[in-house]
Amino acid sequence: MSDKPYVARSNMIAARVLGNETMVMSASDSTLFTLDEVATLIWESADGLTPLEEIVKNKVCTQYDVSPEVALKDAEVLVKQLAGHGLMLLSDRPVAQPSEFPKVNP
Amino acid sequence: MSALIGEMVTKALKLNIPLSVHLDLTYRCNERCIHCYLDHHDHGEMTTVEIKDLLDQMADAGVFYLTISGGEIMMRRDFFEILEHARKRTFCIKLKTNGILIRSNEADRIKALGVESVQISIYSHIPDVHDAITKLPGSLADSIEAIRRLRAHGIHVIIANVLMVKNASDYEGVKALAAELGAQFMLDPTVTPMMDGDRGILNLNVDEAALREVFRNEGLVGNVEEFCAPPKGPNESDLDMLPCSAGHTACYVSPYGDVYPCVQFPLPSGNVRSTRFVDIWRNSPELNEVRSITLRDMPSCSVCTHGGTCTRCPGLAYLEGNMRGPSSQDCEKSYARTGIPSENLKKRRAASFSSSHLVQIQGLQSSVAI
Repeated sequence: MSDKPYVARSNMIAARVLGNETMVMSASDSTLFTLDEVATLIWESADGLTPLEEIVKNKVCTQYDVSPEVALKDAEVLVKQLAGHGLMLLSDRPVAQPSEFPKVNP
Repeated sequence: MSALIGEMVTKALKLNIPLSVHLDLTYRCNERCIHCYLDHHDHGEMTTVEIKDLLDQMADAGVFYLTISGGEIMMRRDFFEILEHARKRTFCIKLKTNGILIRSNEADRIKALGVESVQISIYSHIPDVHDAITKLPGSLADSIEAIRRLRAHGIHVIIANVLMVKNASDYEGVKALAAELGAQFMLDPTVTPMMDGDRGILNLNVDEAALREVFRNEGLVGNVEEFCAPPKGPNESDLDMLPCSAGHTACYVSPYGDVYPCVQFPLPSGNVRSTRFVDIWRNSPELNEVRSITLRDMPSCSVCTHGGTCTRCPGLAYLEGNMRGPSSQDCEKSYARTGIPSENLKKRRAASFSSSHLVQIQGLQSSVAI
């Protein structure tokens, strides 16, 4: 993983925040995941424009008693797992949030 | 239900979140199925703008599972605009359609929009039988073609087979067809009353002997001995059981914006054209009444030996006249499954026995009078 990875939510997912957790379902195989409170913070901040390091520093470390180094390591494991399931996109440069779906001729 | 989904449902119940919504976009349809419970005339469907706003409201309220159905959903020219908006709001979407209007381009779009599954009703593997039920010649061939297109795109397809007198012996054929097409097979043994309460179509339901045969088919129910095991009667914790998800974590919205606990439970609970969806969900007296009912509150079912294991549908009970009463169709299913009559069936049999005596007495009296 690059020093400053950018993270963006895939558009081929279904997701909803439920209390302090998030349910995420992969559109490709319907596997359901739940993200805990901290993972939800990272998920919601994954706009493709903010580096993961900044999300951890500004969102996670300001709300939880954890060092930036430890939090970043955990966050990197999480985003790699999510990317492995096709739920998140990782990039070494900013990426536009893929909010648009592939166009098909109407 | 997986453990994870079970946890989510428990959490949604606790937080009073409508986890699932069934939204009918239209009641218009290009088929005229003999068992359909809908009035197909358009009485003022929600506009595209109204539906998109409703979808936004539902996403904000926490709805995750969204079933988009009808009528035939593709009868709406704005169907894909609505679907795209729904997917942008990250719903997990199941479509219910007859597939007739799904050509290659529509299959491409459904795939690109990441729909979770598409459910298509197939009543028989025999064209004459299926087409006689849909009243549309060639409909079986068209629906099968749509399934092939969707499957070629890797889309999860569910074939729903409603069991009726007319197709009672065809479910094995439909199941084999589903396997050949790579689709999931689902059998529904219940024809329900019309939404306006008309019970005329119930005579399409199969009889008890046919139900018994289905319930003893290992390929359909799994472990027959377990499935048909005699009930033990409800225990103390069963009495606090909620009847089903209707009104608790799920609800239904009609094409006209009416909110009901479920598509099979047409208790008017509000309209999204005059009240925000979340306010109806939280404050509707009707939904709150539905939520207050546990097995303990049902006079007949709480003392019935099937009380803890019955598949009682509160909507069918409501359509029968009392949402705290039994659903006779489910009583009949419990009987076909276990051979043990429910309290309701026992009472009905006793009533029919005593009324048959009354008829006899009246006949004798009238003949004396003559």
